[in-house]
Amino acid sequence: MAQSVQIAEAEPSQSLHTPMQRRSFFKYAGATAGATALVLAGCSKDDSEPATAPVNVGSGDIGVLNYAYALEQLEAAFYAAVRGGSYYTSLAATSAERLALDDLYYHEVIHRDFLKAAITAAAAGSIIPALEVDFTTNAGYIDFTTRASVLNAARVFEDLGVAAYNGAAKYITDPKYLVLAGKIVSVEARHAALIRDFITEATFIGADVARINTTALEISREPAEIVSMVNNYLKDNSKLDVSGLK
Amino acid sequence: MNIFQIITEIEKIDPEVYDRLDSRRSIFRHMGGLGQKLTAAAVPLALGAVLNKAYAQTSAAPSVADVLNFALKLEHLEANFYNLGLGNGTDPLTTAQNTLRNGFSANNLSSLLRMRADENNHVQFLRDTLAALGATAIPVPALTQFDFTGGRGSAGGPFATVFTSAATFLAVAQSLEDTGVRAYKGGAPYLMGNKTVLEAALNIHSVEARHASRLRTMRRAGATNNTAATVAPATVTGLEAERTASPKSWVSGKDNGGAQPAQTAAIYNAGTLPAGTPTGITFPAEDNFIQGGLDLRTTTTVAGIPLLAFSEAFDEPLDVPSVNAIARTFTVASSTLFA
Repeated sequence: MAQSVQIAEAEPSQSLHTPMQRRSFFKYAGATAGATALVLAGCSKDDSEPATAPVNVGSGDIGVLNYAYALEQLEAAFYAAVRGGSYYTSLAATSAERLALDDLYYHEVIHRDFLKAAITAAAAGSIIPALEVDFTTNAGYIDFTTRASVLNAARVFEDLGVAAYNGAAKYITDPKYLVLAGKIVSVEARHAALIRDFITEATFIGADVARINTTALEISREPAEIVSMVNNYLKDNSKLDVSGLK
Repeated sequence: MNIFQIITEIEKIDPEVYDRLDSRRSIFRHMGGLGQKLTAAAVPLALGAVLNKAYAQTSAAPSVADVLNFALKLEHLEANFYNLGLGNGTDPLTTAQNTLRNGFSANNLSSLLRMRADENNHVQFLRDTLAALGATAIPVPALTQFDFTGGRGSAGGPFATVFTSAATFLAVAQSLEDTGVRAYKGGAPYLMGNKTVLEAALNIHSVEARHASRLRTMRRAGATNNTAATVAPATVTGLEAERTASPKSWVSGKDNGGAQPAQTAAIYNAGTLPAGTPTGITFPAEDNFIQGGLDLRTTTTVAGIPLLAFSEAFDEPLDVPSVNAIARTFTVASSTLFA
């Protein structure tokens, strides 16, 4: 038991330089007979595909990048839908909200496409597919005709994004990926603050997102918690499995 | 298990593994001794220790406590800025503090008081965390160490009206918070050895970013505007030149050098690359649009995205010496706080 745990921790350079393809991972694990059984057990989840969550982001640094890519896909798709909706199109061309929604769309598209390119460059075989969003049903319903619905959904996505990046950073082993996540998360936080100020002036931070009465730390959230909310906005064939992030 | 087979496997990934181990020959020898004393089950632990040492940051890299103390200095700087300008929440308000408060709309003042509380809470949190780690926190810096006019002790520096003009106060606040965002980002890689601390630091980092966003929103609307978010950024040219007086809520290009370019340009410029910086990490200026070696303008297939958006989408980290140089602007000449 202790052996395989230790071995897993003793190879940080593996995912650092050549993100692990499953085949080479097995080969590597096979180097020590004692470790093989446990490592295989740890991987078995990757291979089974529960019907409820068919998109497994994987594990390690690539898993975290895939997780971020999934969130950015959702955000980009959301703002694209916003810009096609009547609330947005009714706004004056110079309105603060319209200009901000434009910028947010640009930023999230840039994040999405960057992550796709970065994951493809590092581990082309491990990238998750393009996700299909669903903003029409049940908990994932967004009314793109009203200000309240559009801005509230934007607040949810931006606040979730901040909590998600903050909660997943500890699963990153390569410092350069950690800094890349940091470069994105502070922009998401800037977005979140403005959207919240749109909804209610001077609510750029609140007890729902930070421990404002004690440490003033943002409330980070684990991938499983984030995905339980995010999956509401994804079609059945695109729901996320983040069990490999740990 | 075969330890040397593991090392051979690692060598396939990292050809320098033997160098790393060899340069720590004494540790390697030490492990040999351990092998005789420890049971076979404990050997992987010893191997892990050796590899951890071999792959740890060089000694030039700051420790977790170093990073937390550096963050603590910045939090003291920010907390004292709000405490001095708006009152510290304990002592009766001075006439000057009352006058400054009256220069803000109600929503803007409540926002600033929120930031004051957050920064003071960050100070306390970092002090508690350092104590919990068994490390020594820096002494609480005396208020006399600070000169937020940027006069290094003359109290008549380039931000001479910092505590009498609401607009100047917001300009300095934006500068301090934007600096904080870059500093925490730069410090994060050195906290990777303690995931609890890393997560906490990131949870401060995003709060600083929320502050910075709100301050920028207030600055483009004006200190007395009670509905700051309704005011759009100036778009006469759509270029950086407008961002000094009318910033977006995020950093756009280099924001034309920030709120007062002669003093604040460094906050948005490239940093240096101190020894011990992990491989692959650089400190480019905020107008950077190359990320992870990829040009954002070509990774995006969507047409019609304005050039500045590519820089806006990513904030940039800043290194300790560069942050120190910026922070020194707000301390007296004799202070060694940010030496």
